[in-house]
Amino acid sequence: MKLGRVIGTMVATVKADGMQGLKLLIVRPLTADLRVEGDPFVATDASAQASSGDLVTYEASREAALLHNPWFVPVDHAIVGIVSQHHYTDDEGQS
Amino acid sequence: MMLGRICGTVVSTVEHPFYDGKKQLIVRACLPDGNFDGDRYVVAVDLVGAGVGELVLVEDEGNTARQLLDTPDAPVRSVVVGIVDDVTVGGA
Repeated sequence: MKLGRVIGTMVATVKADGMQGLKLLIVRPLTADLRVEGDPFVATDASAQASSGDLVTYEASREAALLHNPWFVPVDHAIVGIVSQHHYTDDEGQS
Repeated sequence: MMLGRICGTVVSTVEHPFYDGKKQLIVRACLPDGNFDGDRYVVAVDLVGAGVGELVLVEDEGNTARQLLDTPDAPVRSVVVGIVDDVTVGGA
């Protein structure tokens, strides 16, 4: 999993079979300490409740396809959960 | 597998049911000398009771993760599988 910020939503009426009913969100990937990292992508929402502004965890590739029910839908990024607490420290970086 | 240092935790109230009750750790990738490998990181499920600040071994591959968790359809890729005691490079 990785961390990301939901920055928008997307609606597509015509979708491939297996993607019907899935909510599409635009997610900006973040580093471990929540700095922006790379370009936004579109993900489906397996938490079902994520919305704009939420800090989320997401899974890519095959694991994204496994997050939905029925599983193995044709998606490559999916939101796993909405982060309610994020704790970060890099004090131990040098050893 | 990946060498990493635990830099934090993630708690989600609303999440996929598979992750309910599973500890999620922020692990930044480390080089053998203990320094961070750029910004590379994963949020991994903890299998060994590791804590913040510890050097750990992370399995970052889905099929292995599903095998470790004994769930063939688990939507998980990264798991912390060991706590590293010592790293030696080059013998000596």
